[in-house]
Amino acid sequence: MKTLTVRYFALFRDRARRDQEQIRTEATSALSLFAELEHRHGTEDPRGHCKVAINDVMVDWDAPVNDGDTVLLFPPVAGG
Amino acid sequence: MRMSITDQPIDTVALRQRLFHRSAGALVAFEGWIRDHNEGRTVTALEYEVYKPLAVSEGESIIATVCEDIDVIDVLAVHREGYLDIGGCAVWVGVVSAHRDEAFRACRRIIDEIKVRLPIWKKEHYVEGDSGWVNCERCASHAHDHHHSHSHG
Repeated sequence: MKTLTVRYFALFRDRARRDQEQIRTEATSALSLFAELEHRHGTEDPRGHCKVAINDVMVDWDAPVNDGDTVLLFPPVAGG
Repeated sequence: MRMSITDQPIDTVALRQRLFHRSAGALVAFEGWIRDHNEGRTVTALEYEVYKPLAVSEGESIIATVCEDIDVIDVLAVHREGYLDIGGCAVWVGVVSAHRDEAFRACRRIIDEIKVRLPIWKKEHYVEGDSGWVNCERCASHAHDHHHSHSHG
């Protein structure tokens, strides 16, 4: 079991009704964490359109999550 | 820093002056403006949310890569955050080079990458009074409609 800080942005923040939270989880990757939190962000599969960062570094969805990490969940971006 | 985020109106004249270089023969600048419509709806304003630490570092990374590939002299890019009215400048990218071809190509690549890589989101406010996140609510939606074929950016 590990403790992570999860931060939600834009659409995900609106759906989760919170900016961030600390969670206890058995998730081993960013993808499995995302799946565990589907009740918050309401999205089934993030690959291809959503992005994720761990400790302010953009990573792939199969990146491992470790105790103490801050995981940033980004819905589809729309700059410009 | 060549990439920046601001909550103030973008001063395009000042940016242009910062790019002046005696060996430059071309400046290509792109300005992204707030338009009054999107996907059939009348838009009254836009609100940009930016995660600054990564928006800046991703922007710097994009610019560095393009400068390695294309022979340009200098680049500056600025993106707005916060609330913008119709006609406002949301993003500015300027590239100077000795000859125009390099500046055109580099500017196009940088703005294209900015749109798909930087953690920036926009919420459109519509004339009917409602609002929605762009790009797109239907995409990051619940499981039943995640099979789609449209592109992003």
